Amino acid sequence: MQLTQSSVGRKIIMAVTGIVLVAFVCVHLLGNSSVFVGANAINAYAEKLHSLGPFVWVFRLVMLAAFAIHIIFGIQLTLENRAATPERNVQIKRLKTGFGAETMIVSGLVLLAFVIYHLLHFTVRVTNPDIYVPLGDQGMVDVYVMVVKGFKSALPVILYLVGMSFLFLHVSHGFQSLFQTLGLSNDKSLPVMETVSKLVGVVLLVGYISIPLLVVFGLIKI
Amino acid sequence: MILDGKCPTGPIETSWDRHRFETKLVNPANKRKYKVLCVGTGLAGGAAAASLGELGYNVHAFCYQDSARRAHSIAAQGGINAAKNYPNDGDSIYRLFYDTIKGGDFRAREADVWRLAQVSNNIIDQCVAQGVPFARDYAGYLDNRSFGGAQVSRTFYARGQTGQQLLLGAYSALSRQIKAGTVTLHERREMLDLVVVDGVARGITCRNMVTGEIESHWGDAVILATGGYVNVFYLSTNAMGCSVTATWKAAKKGAYMANPCYTQIHPTCIPQHGEHQSKLTLMSESLRNDGRCWVPKKVEDCEKPASDIADADRDYYLERKYPSFGNLAPRDIASRAAKEQCDDNRGVGPGKRGVYLDFADSIKRLGEDTIRERYGNLFEMYEKITAENGYKQPMRIYPAPHYAMGGLWVDYNCMSNVPGLFVLGEANFSVHGANRLGASALMQGLADGYFVIPYTIAGYLATVKPGQIKDDHAEFKKSAEEVKADIDKMLSINGTKTPSELHRELGKVMWEDVGMARSKESLEHALKRIPEIREEFWNNVKVVGTNEQFNQELENAGRLADFIEFAEILTKDALNREESCGGHFRTEHQTEDGEAMRNDEDFCYVAAWEFKGAGVEPELHKEPLKFENVKLAVRSYK
Amino acid sequence: MKVKLHVWRQNGPNDKGTMETYEVPNVSSDQSFLEMLDDVNLALAKDGRDVIAFDHDCREGICGMCSQVINGVPHGGQERTTVCQLHMREFEDGAEIFVEPWKARAFPVIKDLVVDRGALEKIMQAGGYTSCHTGGVADGNALPIGKDIADYSMDAAECIGCGACVASCPNSSAMLYTGAKVAQLAVLPQGKVEAHKRVMAMTEAAKEQGFGNCTNHYECQASCPKGVNVKFIAKLNREYMKALCK
Ligand SMILES: Cc1cc2nc3c(=O)[nH]c(=O)nc-3n(C[C@H](O)[C@H](O)[C@H](O)COP(=O)(O)OP(=O)(O)OC[C@H]3O[C@@H](n4cnc5c(N)ncnc54)[C@H](O)[C@@H]3O)c2cc1C
Ligand code: HEM
Ligand code: FES
Repeated sequence: MQLTQSSVGRKIIMAVTGIVLVAFVCVHLLGNSSVFVGANAINAYAEKLHSLGPFVWVFRLVMLAAFAIHIIFGIQLTLENRAATPERNVQIKRLKTGFGAETMIVSGLVLLAFVIYHLLHFTVRVTNPDIYVPLGDQGMVDVYVMVVKGFKSALPVILYLVGMSFLFLHVSHGFQSLFQTLGLSNDKSLPVMETVSKLVGVVLLVGYISIPLLVVFGLIKI
Repeated sequence: MILDGKCPTGPIETSWDRHRFETKLVNPANKRKYKVLCVGTGLAGGAAAASLGELGYNVHAFCYQDSARRAHSIAAQGGINAAKNYPNDGDSIYRLFYDTIKGGDFRAREADVWRLAQVSNNIIDQCVAQGVPFARDYAGYLDNRSFGGAQVSRTFYARGQTGQQLLLGAYSALSRQIKAGTVTLHERREMLDLVVVDGVARGITCRNMVTGEIESHWGDAVILATGGYVNVFYLSTNAMGCSVTATWKAAKKGAYMANPCYTQIHPTCIPQHGEHQSKLTLMSESLRNDGRCWVPKKVEDCEKPASDIADADRDYYLERKYPSFGNLAPRDIASRAAKEQCDDNRGVGPGKRGVYLDFADSIKRLGEDTIRERYGNLFEMYEKITAENGYKQPMRIYPAPHYAMGGLWVDYNCMSNVPGLFVLGEANFSVHGANRLGASALMQGLADGYFVIPYTIAGYLATVKPGQIKDDHAEFKKSAEEVKADIDKMLSINGTKTPSELHRELGKVMWEDVGMARSKESLEHALKRIPEIREEFWNNVKVVGTNEQFNQELENAGRLADFIEFAEILTKDALNREESCGGHFRTEHQTEDGEAMRNDEDFCYVAAWEFKGAGVEPELHKEPLKFENVKLAVRSYK
Repeated sequence: MKVKLHVWRQNGPNDKGTMETYEVPNVSSDQSFLEMLDDVNLALAKDGRDVIAFDHDCREGICGMCSQVINGVPHGGQERTTVCQLHMREFEDGAEIFVEPWKARAFPVIKDLVVDRGALEKIMQAGGYTSCHTGGVADGNALPIGKDIADYSMDAAECIGCGACVASCPNSSAMLYTGAKVAQLAVLPQGKVEAHKRVMAMTEAAKEQGFGNCTNHYECQASCPKGVNVKFIAKLNREYMKALCK
């Protein structure tokens, strides 16, 4: 009860689910980078994942739960925080906080939208029927072809760029924030973590957008 | 009338223990039937309300701020004394007792001071248990520093914020009792009258400062712990809201005002910079450990920058006059010496009301870093206010009104001459005599609140039936009507001068005529001016707004009205006391070299004044002081 | 010098409130900000107009009574400075200055710049103490406390309870205020005993009083006139988790 209703308890939940999400985003990026190695590598990676069978579903359920919990509490906390300041000063000058921190709910909701689009695009595969080319006879799709073809049109590229920019914003505040929330920071580590947090955001941004950009610039091609 | 302080007789060492044993107790089951009103939530009031609530009494506490934690005790910087003798340097209860009696220039009761010294040790233990983060040494034990007027190191401190930390301790105890339901706190309430029925204190009338409502509160006993009155000088180190109102209203209902002329002027304050100034800021006395006080020898040098004045042309007047104590002469002496130099036209800075406090020699000797380590926060504060860098050029300081040793007369039980009215902390007159030593006001406030009143109030309450007279009694209605009438009067005058302008005028008279040096002539001048200001107030004050709103102009007007009446009695007391002692210096009574000359023959008494009406001669009651454990002696610091 | 003030005027909690403009001539640069406001009020009063209500008392930065948002920052944004210690020399001649009250649901406006901070009291009452009795406690030196711990505790205890942390927080959270008290007591042997109960009760009270949740903007530390560090919020979170595990 305390955990799911109190102020600090729910923050802890945000932080823990945040860790799960950040971990996922990082691992996912590592997996994706096999695309740089070549078609065989990424297809092998995809096949490996598939072969895990029920574990994939366990994994997906955990991710879904973490995501859902993160979103529900994120919205709830944000609404409470808005309600705590029904009226604002005419002049507001912030000394410390930044754009990313002030727009967590916006970046979060954009990420939600992005994730839905992303799943439809590459996982459920319904947005662009022409890019899904079968590979072998196991009902697999050629992931390499899907990615390269997928980023041949402008809309997906723009959506990925936007989505990843918001990921950058969200994580560059969220990463250090979770350490503070879990009581893992102090006056010496906090400034360092703030920088690290921005770095993590940049690495994720650069890592993720490098794929569509390299495709656009023809460095990754079929 | 000769007053009796009801001090225990017999050996002083056991006086408090015997008194505690002899004092009646209230049956625990009956305690909650007694309602006790406690006005003030500073160290004295906060500690009292929390302790009495814990004992089971039904306590109602009042303060004019929005939180109990903001009482002016919060501003004390230096520290709190206790006779713990942790440093093993020869301290004892007897020595603390002796130092306090001598520091007060032999004008306090021995028994009161003994008790204070005795319970001082319990205070430190209590505060530690509350979680007060006192300074500690590397072994983890409580650290001590030295303070003026003592040769032992007995001052406990919490950085430069001792008062704050002690008050937060008392406030936390109070918060706990509020939560437990034993104490009800009424914030933003100003007590505007004491309700006395058949000569016994039965309650108070106060104004809700948010709504303007006039409220009546009944109680089986009333405690006043409302702090000091030196804002009568307008500019002082006290908070803007500190006033004499609560104690003065009690005085108007028959409580005696004792030794009002004993006011302490603190030597190290930042000088006034302009006409608009609203208050003066204290710089800890500890600065005089490393700073040297001087003024130019020649009048024509006063306008020059300090660096252009050669050492030979500087007058280090404290070192010259008091070679053995030098810059560490006690407060009253150092203040007067600074004033003398400025009166001699050798002051520095705007209006030539300032002396230098120079750290150049110490910086040369110890390095700037050491000085910064010791006093960094004070140099910062000085720079914030004056925009001058104290490391590069000498600071300018000037004495300022700081503390009131006088206050309502109380007996050994802290009860005033009005039965049922108890007075604690700076608001009473008891332990500091004519001059207070550093770090002993905090000690007194907490001693009174934690360890004296819980015992002595029982002795009184055991003799009264609880809830005999409640707020439906006619006296409550009468009091509320009087308070309302005064407020309506002030609001209706609609003259041309605001309360702050008139307060400034009063302050000027008090500072110039009744300040650091007083003479028959100056006091008589003040006694002519004060009634004029009173007349002007009641005919020409302008108070905007209404009573039924949050109205700070009205609050100020009410406080000023009381200050004006009180100023007259303060001045009369100063005129009556034909001697110089402690903070009270009569220019007629000084030795050839300008030192204070006490007159034990005629004035070894407490002067308790009975108010008889504005403009009417007050009646003087005397309580003779007996010294059986300490020998009366001349206080010399040469 | 002279300045132009835009001041929030509001007659009571239910009044709507607006900004009003005042030209202030003859300001001395040595004046404190509040002394400048005193002058404005003097002129208003002489004119028979309602004066600007603002809280203040000690005027030396320790009581925590003064509470104004100046140019969008609580206490005006000078490092480790309360409004009452802010001086006019920090402003330029002819400057326009916005003066507003703390704004948070938990702090209803009483009048103009004066707000009701009773909600902070409720947090304290929920557990900001050790439950020791008056008298009957151990000697002050019975339990040695390391100097580093005493210093840490004192750093936390510097809080003056002004509420600037709430006013500066985009979420109107009181977590720095609460964390400072929790941390001050949690590290001391005297306060450890009730540490679990305390952190639960105090954070719950903060929620009940309508303060927001902390999302680690760290605005509170930046505007705190005593520079109380957000490490005490991390400490509070730690204490909270320890209490949860119990
Ligand atoms: C700048 C400064 C530094 C100091 N430094 C030291 C030091 O280092 N060591 C030391 O020992 N002493 C020091 N002192 C002195 C010491 O702080 C005070 O004497 C002491 O704290 C007074 O405590 P108190 O409880 O009697 O009154 P206060 O703390 O002044 O409390 C008065 C209370 O009464 C209430 N009150 C007043 N009038 C009314 C009314 N009409 N209606 C309702 N409530 C009312 C107020 O709200 C407040 O709660 C210093 C004083 C100052 C000003
Ligand atoms: C890839 C997806 C996401 C990642 C990696 C992520 C990561 C994080 C992290 C690490 C935190 C910090 C937790 C803390 O303060 O202790 C956080 C907070 C938060 N997240 Fe997410 N999140 C993601 C998606 C979302 C989504 C979809 C939402 C939509 C509601 C959202 C809303 C929030 C909010 C409101 C906060 C709290 C704000 C704060 O603490 O400053 N997040 N997130
Ligand atoms: S008035 Fe006391 S802190 Fe500003």
